[in-house]
Amino acid sequence: MKDMKRITNALALAVFWIAGLTTVVVLGAVILYVFVNGIGHLNLAFIFTKPHGVNAEGGIWPMIVSTMYVTGLAMVIVTPIAVLAAVYLAEYAVQGRLVRIIRFAADTLAGVPSIVMGLFGLALFVEGMGFGFSVLSGALALSFLMLPIVMRTTEEAIRAVPKFIRWGSYGLGATKWQTVSRIVLPAAMPRIITGLILATGRAVGETAVVIFTMGTMINTPLLPTDPGRSMTVHLYQMAMEGINLPAAFGTALLLMVMILFFNLSARWLLRRNRRMQG
Amino acid sequence: MADEPRTNDMPSVRGEANNLKLVSRATYFKEATLKNLFLLCAFMAVAGVALIFVFVGYRGWPIFSEVGAGNFLFGMEWLPTKGLFGILPLFVGSIVVTLGALLLGTPVAVGAAVFLSEIAPPKIRSVVRPAVELLAGVPSVVYGFFGLLILRPIVADLTGGLGFGPLTAWIILAIMIIPTIATLTEDALQSIPDGVREASYAMGATTWQTISRVLLPAAKIGIVDAIILGMGRAIGETMAVLMVVGNAPGFFRGMGEPLSTLTSQIVMDMPYASGMHRTALFGMAIILFLVSMGLVLTVRLLSRLREETS
Repeated sequence: MKDMKRITNALALAVFWIAGLTTVVVLGAVILYVFVNGIGHLNLAFIFTKPHGVNAEGGIWPMIVSTMYVTGLAMVIVTPIAVLAAVYLAEYAVQGRLVRIIRFAADTLAGVPSIVMGLFGLALFVEGMGFGFSVLSGALALSFLMLPIVMRTTEEAIRAVPKFIRWGSYGLGATKWQTVSRIVLPAAMPRIITGLILATGRAVGETAVVIFTMGTMINTPLLPTDPGRSMTVHLYQMAMEGINLPAAFGTALLLMVMILFFNLSARWLLRRNRRMQG
Repeated sequence: MADEPRTNDMPSVRGEANNLKLVSRATYFKEATLKNLFLLCAFMAVAGVALIFVFVGYRGWPIFSEVGAGNFLFGMEWLPTKGLFGILPLFVGSIVVTLGALLLGTPVAVGAAVFLSEIAPPKIRSVVRPAVELLAGVPSVVYGFFGLLILRPIVADLTGGLGFGPLTAWIILAIMIIPTIATLTEDALQSIPDGVREASYAMGATTWQTISRVLLPAAKIGIVDAIILGMGRAIGETMAVLMVVGNAPGFFRGMGEPLSTLTSQIVMDMPYASGMHRTALFGMAIILFLVSMGLVLTVRLLSRLREETS
C-alpha cells in the first residue's frame, strides 16, 4: 500500500517533468531548425540588397524596411493612446458600468482573430478611407491589435507603483496630473517599455493583418501611403510557392532573431528594473 | 484577465476642487480636461470593437439578406463559382482542427503549468518559463513553415497522403496554444494559498495526491478559463493552419485528408474573390468575430462565478 503510493507519486512526477521539458524541446527544435537551415543564407548581401528575378532571388531589404516601417508607425500611433487609456483605468476610473464596458471591449479586441482584424483594416482603411494598400493602413490596423496588449501591461505597471509615493506627491500639494505625469509614470516606465517591446514583437510576427492592409507588393516604402510586403508575408509566399526555400529560411531566421531580440531585451529590462528596486 | 482591482484611493479632482477649494479654477479645468481626454483614449477600445462590428458587418451583411442565413450558415457546399456559399463544412473544419489541438495541447500545457508551479527546482524553472514565453512569441507563419517542412513529411508517412490535413494542423496548433493555457493555468495554481498545500502535506499526502486531489480541483475554474482562451487562439489562428491543412473545402474525411477552415479559406479566396463571394468572406469574418466575442464573454462570466464562490 505504501509502496503503491510512492510508485504512483514517482510516476506522476515523471509525467509532469516530461510535460515541462516538452516545451523546452519544442522551442529548441523550432529555433534550431530555423537556425541550422537559415544561417547559411544570412549575410550582409541578403539583408541589404533588393530581390530580383521571378523567384525573388537576392536580398530582402524591402521587406525588412516594410516590416520596421509598419511596426514603428503602429507603435507611434498606439503608444500615447494605450498608455493614457491605462492611466485612466488605473488612476482615474471609478468602478462601474463604464469601466466594465471598456475592459470587456479591450478583452474582446485582444481576442479578435487576426484575420478578422485584417479584413476590418481592408474594409475601413484600405477601401473605406481610401488609403489603399499602404504602410499607413497596415499600421492603423496593427495599432488596434496592439492596443489591448499595451493597455494591459501599462495598467499593471502603473498599479505596481507603491501607493506611498503618490501620497508623498499629494502631500506636497501636487495635483492629480502632476502626480501621474511626474511621479507615477516615470516610476512605471521600465515596465511600460517592457510591455511596448512585447507588443512590438507581436506586431513584427503578424501576417494576416498586414497581408490585407499593406499588400504583397515587393517595394521599399518611402511615404506612409506606399505599399509594401512584410517579412512574414514574404516568408508565407516563399514557403507556399516552394520555389525559393533559401530565401524563406533566411527570412524565417531573421524574423526569429528579431523576435528573440525583442523578447530577451524585454526580459532583461524587467530583471534589471527588479534588481534596482529590490 | 477579468479581475478588476480598485483604483488608487485619493479624492477625485472634482472632490478636491469643490469641497476643499485647494486649486484654482484654471487648474481644475485643466485637470478635468485631461481626465476626459484619458477617458476618450480608454474608449478607443470600445470604438475599435464597434468599428470592427460596423465595417465587417456592413460588408458581410448582404450574404445574410440575399443568400440567406440558412443557406450561408447551414449550406453543405462551398462552391463560390456556382453560387453556393454554404460554410458548414468550413465551420466543421474549424471545430475539428480546434478540438484536436485542444485534446493534444491541454494535457501538455496543464502538465507544464503544474511542473512550473509545484515541481520544478528554481534552476529548471528559470529555463522552462522563458521557453514557454518564447513559444508564445514565435510568429504563426514560422510555425506554419516549420509544420510544412518538418511535420508534413512525417504525417505523410503515417497517413499515406501528402501530409496536408487535420493531423498536421493539430500538432502545430497544439504547440501554439500550449503557452496560452500553461501561463494562465500557472497563474491559477499560484493564486492558491500555500496553507492549502501545507495542510495536504501535513495529512501525509504525496506530491501527486496534493496536486490531483487538492490543487487541480481548487484551480478548476482558472484552468477552464485557460482552455477557453486557448480555444479562442486556436479557432482564430490563420497562417499556421492555412499552411498545413490542405485547404480543400469539404467535410472532415480523415486525419490525413485535406480540410479547410473558416480562417484559411478567407486568406485563400480573398485575393481573387469578387461580388457575393467577397461578401461571403466578410460574412465568415463576422462569424469568427462573434465566436471569439462569445468565448471572451464566457470567460468573464466564469471569473464572476469564481469570485462568488471564493
